[in-house]
Amino acid sequence: MEEYKFRFDPWQGDRVGQDQGELKQGDILGQIPAPASADKAGRGQGAPGELPGIDYLEAEISIDDLAGLLFEDLGLPYLKPKMLSNIPRPTFQFKDISKRGLMGNLDKRRSLRENLLRHARQGETGLGPWQPDDLRFKTWINVPQEDNNAVVIAMRDISGSMGDFKKLMARTFAFWMLRFLRTKYESVEVVFIVHHTQAREVTEEEFFQLGESGGTKVSSAYELCWEVVQNRYPPSQWNIYPVHFSDGDNWSDADNRRTVEFLEAMLPSVNAFGYAEIREGGYTSTLMSAFGKLRHPRFHVVTIGTKRDVYTALKKFFPRTPGDEGA
Amino acid sequence: MSQSNYPADDEIWQLALKLGLDPFPIRFEAVPATILYEFAAYLIPGRMSHWSYGKAFHAMKTRYDYGLNKLYEMVINSDPAYAFLLDSNSELENTFVRAHVMGHVDFFKHNVHFSQTQRDMLNVVSRHAERVRQYQFEQGVEVVERLLDAALAIQEHVAVPHPPLLSVKRSKTQSSSGGSWSDLWQPQTPEPLHQLKVREDESDLLQFIIDHSDELEEWQRDVVAMVRDEMIYFWPQVRTKIMNEGWASLWHIELMRALDLTDADVINFARLHSSVTATIPYQINPYAIGYQIFRDIWESQGKESAFLVRTVDDDVSFLRNYLTEPLIDELHLYVLGPEQDKIVVKSRQWELVRDRLVKEVFHGGLPIIEVVDGDFHRRGELYLIHRHEGTDLDLPYAERTLEHVHLLWGRPVHLETVSAQHKVILSFDGKAHSRATV
Repeated sequence: MEEYKFRFDPWQGDRVGQDQGELKQGDILGQIPAPASADKAGRGQGAPGELPGIDYLEAEISIDDLAGLLFEDLGLPYLKPKMLSNIPRPTFQFKDISKRGLMGNLDKRRSLRENLLRHARQGETGLGPWQPDDLRFKTWINVPQEDNNAVVIAMRDISGSMGDFKKLMARTFAFWMLRFLRTKYESVEVVFIVHHTQAREVTEEEFFQLGESGGTKVSSAYELCWEVVQNRYPPSQWNIYPVHFSDGDNWSDADNRRTVEFLEAMLPSVNAFGYAEIREGGYTSTLMSAFGKLRHPRFHVVTIGTKRDVYTALKKFFPRTPGDEGA
Repeated sequence: MSQSNYPADDEIWQLALKLGLDPFPIRFEAVPATILYEFAAYLIPGRMSHWSYGKAFHAMKTRYDYGLNKLYEMVINSDPAYAFLLDSNSELENTFVRAHVMGHVDFFKHNVHFSQTQRDMLNVVSRHAERVRQYQFEQGVEVVERLLDAALAIQEHVAVPHPPLLSVKRSKTQSSSGGSWSDLWQPQTPEPLHQLKVREDESDLLQFIIDHSDELEEWQRDVVAMVRDEMIYFWPQVRTKIMNEGWASLWHIELMRALDLTDADVINFARLHSSVTATIPYQINPYAIGYQIFRDIWESQGKESAFLVRTVDDDVSFLRNYLTEPLIDELHLYVLGPEQDKIVVKSRQWELVRDRLVKEVFHGGLPIIEVVDGDFHRRGELYLIHRHEGTDLDLPYAERTLEHVHLLWGRPVHLETVSAQHKVILSFDGKAHSRATV
């Protein structure tokens, strides 16, 4: 946000100041920052004093503006219009004509016709002087429209192995995911599932707050997820997006196999399935290697190692595709 | 306490005329703070939009929101003049502001440096804005923004037409009139400017680019020309800031004194005046300096002289001629500057202070950059020179600015300057910068 100009070196040359007469020749007013940090003049440990430095501006940006910027590139992939929305979303369509309205919405063709008609009624041909009564404006009506029904199933591993950092990452991701969904889609349902060796459905608050304990059986969560889908969100009517956060430390290979089975069963029915593995070290988890064999265009795997990866992961799970009709 | 009786617009107007002011007709309008600050950021309403104006708006608005400063009004130099007042001003504040505005508009009308400003600038800038919107539509918002970034970066480097006082014609008409000074700045037949311009003005960087750049398309030339026109309109305000504020402050005092105010209002008004002319640490307050100088001229040389000064001077000559030793003492002005790694108070010696201040307002406090060659190396490269007068350029800034010049010129650009007593040539060829010390 710097406006570059040909200007004088701000730390060179004399200036005139004004005071109440209290300063004396030789009084020290401030310190010139070292040349190396000249870019940061007036900031930090630089000049004490009250000498004007370089202007830093704080613009007001709300978290919503920021979210809007961040979410520009995100969308629900493979979203298809499905029947029967729970929440009808009204849309506006210019389908009506009225005598009053905004000049920008003037319907020139109809206005011309009214003018011609009025003059024709008075026995004149051609266009005549205009009267306000001649004008016709396009105006809109509310059209209820079925929405793209979508449900996101968020699953989080709350087993003992999920340490502070892993927890933070999972929650951060989930927080931004929800923020994104609610910014861009008016009616998206979210189901929250947590699991250790057993899985259960929880409220949004619990999902973010629950602490960790116990072992890990990922299959339990996928099983519950599949149940939820089958009982409440029939794929014929819903766009389904399950997302799972875990460190991949699954209890046994047998459970890994079971997990993959559930996953394979689900994949044809869901729009996209995301698995985010949060990893601090460099090793590959057993679950990850089990998933590694699975290739499906709608199955996305990301590894989150630092905070930075969260946004990348979001973009991978929710890419904006041309078919994305969410608004 | 008796009921205050605030004068209507017309009463202040009549009073101003009676006391000797001669402003353009003024349209007053009360607006909310956001609007006032937006106008102040754009300097004139309806102007083409650019992010830098939004930045200025935020800077001012933030200071206002935190109660650090308050803008009471904003005046447009046009005929009729427009004055926007803050709608949250009290009655007394608005009376005071109206009086202040009378001074500004009288100044716009009579100061010779404004004699060639376009008085219908409100219309001009809105036509400009319309054309810029059209170009944005045709060329894309970002392309236009990059061009504006570049043109605005060097917008101050234009040659502003000399007031007729310095016109070539003057010597011929001089003999025809007698001793009255009035014809010195009002020649009988003011010459159109293009006839006065005998050769290309090398300090008009924007005009040179408009005339000679092979890079620019017609619409781009138009945008650069619009930026130039607007700067030429604003430049007289840049070069008379201290005088203009001083004159307006002098008149708010004169007019308010002539009104029949209650005791409470007199005290409140005195408080307002002193807040406007208060000391700003380590800086100067143009209101205070301008006011004191005009007051001094008025008292020591008479009202006529004050009017003469408001007509013929600009800040440089105003300070040079009328900022006297007693005034500098009274205003507590001093020179500060770098000494080794510290900023220290250097002197209170009045001539040093005066000369330093003159230097500070000279050319709006900006370096003078001139075109030396538009076909440098015989390869159509642009060679600019900074007329070094003691203070070095901010080199990193200059380099970034050269990138903007390059965008407008399309071929390599060079800038000769002096840094730490050595001649330095900065160059940018579109990809890389180079710095040669000679």
